[in-house]
Amino acid sequence: MSGAGASPPPDGGAWPAKAAPRGRSRRSLLLLAPLGVAAAAGAGFYAMLRGLGTGSYNPRGVPSALIGKAPPDFALPPLEGAERPGVSAADLRAHNGPLGRPVLVNFFASWCVPCVIEHPQLMRLAREGVPLLGIAYKDKPEDSLGFLRRHGNPFAKLGVDQPGRVAIDWGLYGVPETYLIDKEGIIRWRWAGPITNDTLGAELQPLLRRYA
Amino acid sequence: MIPELGHFALILALALSLAQAAVGLLGAQRAEARLMGAAPPLATGVLLAIGAAFACLMWSYVVNDTTVANVVQNSHSAKPLLYKLSGTWGNHEGSMLLWVLILALCGGAVAAFGRNLPSALQARVLAVLGLVAAAFLGFILATSNPFQRIWPPPMDGQGLNPILQDPGLAFHPPLLYLGYVGFAVTYAFAVAALIEGRVDAAWGRWVRPWALAAWSFLTLGIALGSWWAYYELGWGGYWFWDPVENASLLPWLAGAALLHSAIVVEKREALKTWTVFLALLAFGMSLLGTFLVRSGVLTSVHAFANDPARGIVILCLLAAFIGGGFLLFAWRAASMAPTGVFAPLSREGALVLNNLLLCSIAAVVLVGTLYPMFADLLLGEKISVGPPFFNTATLPLAAPLIGAMALGPLLPWKRARLAPALLRLWWVALLALGAFLLCLALEGQRIGPALGFAAALWLIAGAAADIADRLALFSRPRAAWSRARGLPRAAWGAALGHAGLGVTILGLAGMGLATDRLAALKPGEAAALAGYEFRLEGVRDVQGPNWTARRATVQVTRDGAPVVVLEPDRRTFPVARMTTTEATIHTTWLADLYVVLGEERDGAAILRLHHNPLAPWIWLGAAVMALGGGLSLSDRRMRVAAPAAKLAMKGARA
Repeated sequence: MSGAGASPPPDGGAWPAKAAPRGRSRRSLLLLAPLGVAAAAGAGFYAMLRGLGTGSYNPRGVPSALIGKAPPDFALPPLEGAERPGVSAADLRAHNGPLGRPVLVNFFASWCVPCVIEHPQLMRLAREGVPLLGIAYKDKPEDSLGFLRRHGNPFAKLGVDQPGRVAIDWGLYGVPETYLIDKEGIIRWRWAGPITNDTLGAELQPLLRRYA
Repeated sequence: MIPELGHFALILALALSLAQAAVGLLGAQRAEARLMGAAPPLATGVLLAIGAAFACLMWSYVVNDTTVANVVQNSHSAKPLLYKLSGTWGNHEGSMLLWVLILALCGGAVAAFGRNLPSALQARVLAVLGLVAAAFLGFILATSNPFQRIWPPPMDGQGLNPILQDPGLAFHPPLLYLGYVGFAVTYAFAVAALIEGRVDAAWGRWVRPWALAAWSFLTLGIALGSWWAYYELGWGGYWFWDPVENASLLPWLAGAALLHSAIVVEKREALKTWTVFLALLAFGMSLLGTFLVRSGVLTSVHAFANDPARGIVILCLLAAFIGGGFLLFAWRAASMAPTGVFAPLSREGALVLNNLLLCSIAAVVLVGTLYPMFADLLLGEKISVGPPFFNTATLPLAAPLIGAMALGPLLPWKRARLAPALLRLWWVALLALGAFLLCLALEGQRIGPALGFAAALWLIAGAAADIADRLALFSRPRAAWSRARGLPRAAWGAALGHAGLGVTILGLAGMGLATDRLAALKPGEAAALAGYEFRLEGVRDVQGPNWTARRATVQVTRDGAPVVVLEPDRRTFPVARMTTTEATIHTTWLADLYVVLGEERDGAAILRLHHNPLAPWIWLGAAVMALGGGLSLSDRRMRVAAPAAKLAMKGARA
């Protein structure tokens, strides 16, 4: 540092000699305040970034009112040409019982770019034998079909929600969005946004094991 | 080959900026003229290297080089040339490159125009700028390399988000970054002053032009963004208190406080510690904005790259520069004793009040922006803080600020009396009161807009009163012309800046009276709004360069007389699979007629009609503010900042 040295030079007579020690310590405390505020904010930001990685902090994660409840009743027609049956609330119940296993319900659309990012992870889940029920949201059937032909079809069952009414009942935040329904038929988890490899490893797979 | 050259130029720039930091700091520390003298040429070298890298990236965009990942993700061969060029900075990597390019421009400017600075101060300022540049170049090279290749190359790119394909937005980021990065220079001056342990009038005089320039550019950048949101997003709104908008407002507020307090340092050698703090704060707020936009800790329409790994790196840079700056501040600022004393009621006092209020507004905006994030983190609660909070919390702070803005320039330095200043403003106050009553009489119980009109007139007429007073226009009208020519440009600039804010407030107040309606019209049908009749003539298909559109033809008439034909579009971009609405706007000085075409159903088109009184004045006012800043910047005092001896030497050389 410059020649002035480590201890702050005297105030040049700005304070009366008697009050100097108290005044100076108050002043130096005040001068430390910005650093303290910045450090606290920095620690908070660091926690947020850590939370983003583990999923405990998610600015887009609007809590779903459906967590811990049964999914709303619905029945959707199949996608013509996809050779998969349609989806209804009864299909979710069909997985119930002691021999059942958790199911994922995925809302997607061909016009949604994050859905393309998410798709390889869905394909991987399907290969691992996780039952995936797809709902094509506000999409032209031929576009959905083209999307699945190009990227592969991970869904065991596939419904078409072109007007988006079922999505309203589910309280959809946007596409892609994924719900985990356990074998008792209760919604346990909701993910708004694409399932990345990180999400898959840190969140979804532990949950699948827990509710298996 | 060209992208590799760009990559190499970036690495070269990193090495050069590290060298710039080292010679600057060491040279100033050891008072070695040769080391210090090496800093300016190095800064020029950094500028050349980053300029070359930027040109390489731009070239890749222009020729649509699909082996470059960045081009593939953000461009397309069918895009118009202007958007290929602006696409260079329409993404995370490219915009970071623009950021460091502007930083290098600032460094180059300090090197070129700072010959009058004491050499130790110049060397330290360049060293700090070199450190900032090195940190951000390292960030780009390590996490966001814009020259990344992909193989095999795809047939064509994925296209730029159509909403961003707009002339207004092409220039929004560069202007905004000129503002953000300009505060890096004032930051560097503050750090240099803290290392030296000395702040004096000369320091204030050198800092002020940088603060002014950065603030003026930021004003233009924010205004351009707001204008773009107004005409492109099709909501008819101009400011949404979106976290990222707030992130640009924070450095603007801190910068406005800084350029006022720097006057006090320059003229009266007071408020030194505070000014240094503001210089650190303004750049800190700029960096905070960068962090918020690019780390993914919040969601916003401006979301850039939601990557926590990048976020950690930016947070580390933030910790180093803001934390380091404040640490230095806590350690060294106590040594800066004020020499100028002043009474609470004086020009200095008014500027202190201005600073306190501006900083309080900044604190309110900061808290409102960060509170939802921290509430989520600490309490696990999802809340959103919206316009109602910001409007109600900033208004009580803005009101005294506006009140004092007209009064402050009339107060003399050191010690003032209130009565003479108020006496010179009596007609201004009457005018404002008249506007308030007139608005109430015409528009009914609308207190908000009425207060806005009063505030606008108070500021505009107050600025006029200030100039009239300086010219002695009323007491000695004959000498006014010669006095006007002799009046420093800084005085004109200050008055213009204050009046510009008044013009903006005029626009805001007018927008408070805006009306709109939704109408489903079949061809031939009409809807009425604000005394105008909007008749839908028909809807047809149109083909653009990289979009197709439905275009409505709307004939607007007033009392049977034709006013204008408006043709709003709904554009579909096949590459991005997106639809945008192109609002058409008919602007008169008094109001905007604004029409948006929505969906079509059963032969009827849904039209959203807006009547926005005085809307253009919002952005016009910002331009006037920036003009005021520019005028003040061209003041002789700013250009001739050097000691006379050094100037004479330069004259002899020339």
